[in-house]
Amino acid sequence: MTDSKYFTTTKKGEIFELKAELNSDKKEKKKEAVKKVIASMTVGKDVSALFPDVVNCMQTDNLELKKLVYLYLMNYAKSQPDMAIMAVNTFVKDCEDPNPLIRALAVRTMGCIRVDKITEYLCEPLRKCLKDEDPYVRKTAAVCVAKLHDINAQLVEDQGFLDTLKDLISDSNPMVVANAVAALSEIAESHPNSNLMDLNPQTINKLLTALNECTEWGQIFILDCLANYTPRDDRESQSICERVTPRLSHANSAVVLSAVKVLMKFMEMLPKDLDYYGTLLKKLAPPLVTLLSAEPELQYVALRNINLIVQRRPEILKHEMKVFFVKYNDPIYVKLEKLDIMIRLASQANIAQVLAELKEYATEVDVDFVRKAVRAIGRCAIKVEQSAERCVSTLLDLIQTKVNYVVQEAIVVIKDIFRKYPNKYESVIATLCENLDSLDEPEARAAMIWIVGEYAERIDNADELLESFLEGFHDESTQVQLQLLTAIVKLFLKKPTETQELVQQVLSLATQDSDNPDLRDRGYIYWRLLSTDPVAAKEVVLAEKPLISEETDLIEPTLLEELICHIGTLASVYHKPPSAFVEGSRGVQHKRLPGSAGSGESVESPDTSSAAGISDAPPAVIPSQGDLLGDLLNLDVTPPATTGPPPAANSGVQMGAMDLLGGGLDSLMGAGFGAAPAAMPASFSAPVSGGLDDLFDLGGGVGMPMGAFSPPKTVWLPAMKGKGLEISGTFARRAGVFQMELTLMNKAMSVMTDFAIQFNRNSFGIAPAGPLQVLTPLSPNQTIEVTLPLNTVGPVMKMDPLNNLQVAVKNNIDVFYFSCQYPISMLFVEDGKMERQVFLATWKDIPNDNESQFQIKDCHLSSDAASNKLQGSNIFTIAKRTVDGQDMLYQSMKLTNGIWVLAELRLQAGNPNYTVSIKSSVVQPNL
Amino acid sequence: MIHSLFLINASGDIFLEKHWKSVVSRSVCDYFFEAQERATEPENVPPVISTPHHYLISVLRHRIYFVAVIQSEVPPLFVIEFLHRVVDTFQDYFGVCTEAAIKDNVVVVYELLEEMLDNGFPLATESNILKELIKPPTILRTMVNTITGSTNVGEQLPTGQLSVVPWRRTGVKYTNNEAYFDVVEEIDAIIDKSGSTITAEIQGVIDACVKLTGMPDLTLSFMNPRLLDDVSFHPCVRFKRWEAERILSFIPPDGNFRLLSYHVSSQNLVAIPVYVKHNITFREGSSQGRFDLTLGPKQTMGKAVESVLVSSQLPRGVLNANLNPSQGTYTFDPVTKLLTWDVGKINPQKLPSLKGTMNLQAGASKPDENPTINIQFKIQQMAISGLKVNRLDMYGEKYKPFKGIKYMTKAGKFQVRT
Repeated sequence: MTDSKYFTTTKKGEIFELKAELNSDKKEKKKEAVKKVIASMTVGKDVSALFPDVVNCMQTDNLELKKLVYLYLMNYAKSQPDMAIMAVNTFVKDCEDPNPLIRALAVRTMGCIRVDKITEYLCEPLRKCLKDEDPYVRKTAAVCVAKLHDINAQLVEDQGFLDTLKDLISDSNPMVVANAVAALSEIAESHPNSNLMDLNPQTINKLLTALNECTEWGQIFILDCLANYTPRDDRESQSICERVTPRLSHANSAVVLSAVKVLMKFMEMLPKDLDYYGTLLKKLAPPLVTLLSAEPELQYVALRNINLIVQRRPEILKHEMKVFFVKYNDPIYVKLEKLDIMIRLASQANIAQVLAELKEYATEVDVDFVRKAVRAIGRCAIKVEQSAERCVSTLLDLIQTKVNYVVQEAIVVIKDIFRKYPNKYESVIATLCENLDSLDEPEARAAMIWIVGEYAERIDNADELLESFLEGFHDESTQVQLQLLTAIVKLFLKKPTETQELVQQVLSLATQDSDNPDLRDRGYIYWRLLSTDPVAAKEVVLAEKPLISEETDLIEPTLLEELICHIGTLASVYHKPPSAFVEGSRGVQHKRLPGSAGSGESVESPDTSSAAGISDAPPAVIPSQGDLLGDLLNLDVTPPATTGPPPAANSGVQMGAMDLLGGGLDSLMGAGFGAAPAAMPASFSAPVSGGLDDLFDLGGGVGMPMGAFSPPKTVWLPAMKGKGLEISGTFARRAGVFQMELTLMNKAMSVMTDFAIQFNRNSFGIAPAGPLQVLTPLSPNQTIEVTLPLNTVGPVMKMDPLNNLQVAVKNNIDVFYFSCQYPISMLFVEDGKMERQVFLATWKDIPNDNESQFQIKDCHLSSDAASNKLQGSNIFTIAKRTVDGQDMLYQSMKLTNGIWVLAELRLQAGNPNYTVSIKSSVVQPNL
Repeated sequence: MIHSLFLINASGDIFLEKHWKSVVSRSVCDYFFEAQERATEPENVPPVISTPHHYLISVLRHRIYFVAVIQSEVPPLFVIEFLHRVVDTFQDYFGVCTEAAIKDNVVVVYELLEEMLDNGFPLATESNILKELIKPPTILRTMVNTITGSTNVGEQLPTGQLSVVPWRRTGVKYTNNEAYFDVVEEIDAIIDKSGSTITAEIQGVIDACVKLTGMPDLTLSFMNPRLLDDVSFHPCVRFKRWEAERILSFIPPDGNFRLLSYHVSSQNLVAIPVYVKHNITFREGSSQGRFDLTLGPKQTMGKAVESVLVSSQLPRGVLNANLNPSQGTYTFDPVTKLLTWDVGKINPQKLPSLKGTMNLQAGASKPDENPTINIQFKIQQMAISGLKVNRLDMYGEKYKPFKGIKYMTKAGKFQVRT
């Protein structure tokens, strides 16, 4: 006789029969009936009609029957709130039962009944149970507070249960402590700002003591809670680490991973030269490797986390490459993750082994996996320079297999290799061209076209090849069309004589027959460039391209830091900040890694925290380096690029726009993009102060997140002068924070460390708001993006020109000096909007001597568009007037030093020339 | 925390659902079914699936998907570990964890799930405690229950939940006191074409079956504890003692449990107990291929390699295979293209071989994938890592227990590339 008999009743009068049985006098029959009811409930049948009859069975000494009735109650109380009240008395009575098991069971069940009316009756018994002499009851009651909070948060606060819960953290029983922590954590999740868990050294000590004695689940709660604590100094940090390390040997993988999280976070605070630091690093590797021998589901979560750990601290697993080798019967999701980590760990030492493995994988059956393996070979080539040659020959071997998707992937990655090592492997082009016909995927076609265009001078029949693509121009995807356009223009610039016809054909196809604005715009730009100044066109189109960076799919550092704080959570599996996707976590606090002990002062830089705040959209991988470029590139490349959650900005894909903008991108080009297609770059008749000049080529800034204009990066310190250190940079104002964005590149042979920056006195008192954040040594050929927040509270000295800034950068080699100019617009503050009345009065008050006037030529913006654009740079339009067909915009802006500047902008319909009058109460010679 | 649990069988029916908080509609499983459809193989369903309002975390065990529904940020490993615990508990209670067994014992299943989680927080997951709360169904007990009307729910507060050793119940009594330890090692390896080892590692466990009266305190020491540098312990093991003396000191749970698991990584030299000579070739333009496989023992310290089973996924183009085994039997499934050869025991004097031809589809081109050979085997009375128990002592009780240690080596994921 098994329980399946309960499922067999499908007769019509079932409910009726059950009712009769429930009301039977015989205990046995009753119990059987309740069992049948529960069975029906579990398979989703509605047995709520039996509510009163079942509740009647509740008053019994039979524990099993009681439990079954409780089960039923939890399920149906919500739909029958009035009836549920009937059960309250029994609950209250049970809460005073001499048997702690019954007391706990009652308080547990009551919490599960999600009916408002009942919760009121719950408070008293719950209060008693929280102070019960039996720890089993106390720990159950602790969870009950969390349940109650879920139903009625206000009630819990009013009744002071939260304080009682906090007291339980100091309970003598470790299980009670663990449950109290768990309950508080859950409550805190819906209460982001309340300071529920005020962690101090005393509570931490209690938690650590409880950690050793509570159950595995309790350990997880406690470890997760510990991870939120920020130790006062490295000593405390070390002592916590020492007490957490034994957890790494726990059989429960969740405990292990939570312990890893705590250690990864607190390790940041330990000085690197400490012996213990090295010991800790060594201790972290074995447990991570062990996680990989567990079941595939566990492996998957572990791998996603290892991916983060490897990016943050590659040294931990650098000797463990072999454990990431793929077994042929691993599930696909494990295979793909392993592959990703293999590439991250690839180095000169192990590259031969990795390549042999990757080649093996490329002959497997699973198409997705094979593709990714081929891509991985390309990424190895880009990452480990010494291996590039071997990678290329491996790829050529694979192309010889003639397996269609392998060939296509190989061509895509070879294009990336060309970008990284120009003029080195072009000998393989012939082999690639042989496979031209078999390419049917847009990405592969685009890659092939790019190669043909780029090396047109070496391919004899380049024009024929491109022409063959041109035949089906309108059937191609945008990506291919754009590449084809660029490639043919390149070809034309290289072999002008024989390809005139071809280029005209493609330009007319792009500009006249296409509905795609991107394609049309690019067509127009080329057309104009070619027709006005072919030399300039050559400079722009055939400009030397920046090399693609070593690893393009690294997670952005601030996000990585946040994710490291969330190891083991869903956030770490999705590689997204928790705020981006977990429902109900309103305004989650962003966690950051604590600073290393070495730096001494606080590392909290305003820019990083605000950056994290903005990134609720899919995190942008493109580093802060010129958002302008980034935006354009994204637009250009793959329309669906924004949909995929993993930020896979493939460097190769961006190329289309890169070569267009390439080195030749000056701020003037920027304007053409955002504005009307035919717009020519705006320029000023008089070279007024640099600030305004830049402001008017805001065109490119339209799509920028904060609307503020930021000029593209320029080289400030060439490598020649910097003993191998090249610095390029720009200024930006993002989310109200004025900052300097720097790209440091080490072109020397030795590692650079100990970076620091200082400014000379300047006109607006600009000074760094924090130290230069270059935490890791800069190895040869490495590039790093640094954002330096600035403030304007430094010493003031008038400079000539006004916006000149003299900078000193120091590293372990020498001190370097250079100067750069910041756009004045960076200094316009957010609250620069004047009241209309005040504006009027001020305007009148300022003597005419303080006014200067000039013209802006060739700007095709309507007054509204101009006003919107200027607003993005904190130039606020106060009023607009239309006189005789002329639009007059009255604008105000405020500088960081409190000086107000007023402006009048006159636009005449049809006339591309604007007139600007500027007034300021304070006379500045240049303004 | 964990909101709900759905059990889904191979044909996609939800045959059990349990909610620990408010009820989550079973339509949430539609997202799971979508993912299931996309996956080519049942085991390829991603373990974490996001839906607009929930997250589904699933494990596949015994051809049943255990799908947990969570709503807020919960460590996924926590959920997966818990699901494993559910599976283990079912297996422990019902002997097998199948749909039929679960349906047969649905009331017990419900009682168990109710005890294991409270509002999504784990409550009692130790098998010892659960068994005190809810007695496992046995034929005898079922009969007694039916006749007398008694229940299989314990009346007493499970004492273990409060003691310092929550894993052990009090008042244990046996007439025969015995403690058995099994050292089982699985060797995972990838061997390349030429026979050299690409990677090899050993996953070892020590499973114990301890039936001792009272509160015994055991110590277990090893001849070569140096091997164990990457270990995971049962909570009962005193970690400090291990750190200091490399001795396992513990009060054991009652019954079967895993004392520790360990990992001997690829950096140590791992002995490979079998070798394979293979020659699987297809000629261009011919519709036949040659298949030639010979197995032999090596580094087995004189122990016999038993229960050998070879399997290989042949290329898709292979129509059938005409092979001749020197011992054992082979089968070839023309649909899945899976070749399996049940070899049995390897006789070092007469090495087992499997030779013959494979026929390709007429006109099919030479397959470009190379089949991987998967080998399973067992070696009794040997731990391949060389781990050896030195002695087992008992303190705290007066009787003399019967002690036993067994060693075994098995193939885990042992793959030979061709």
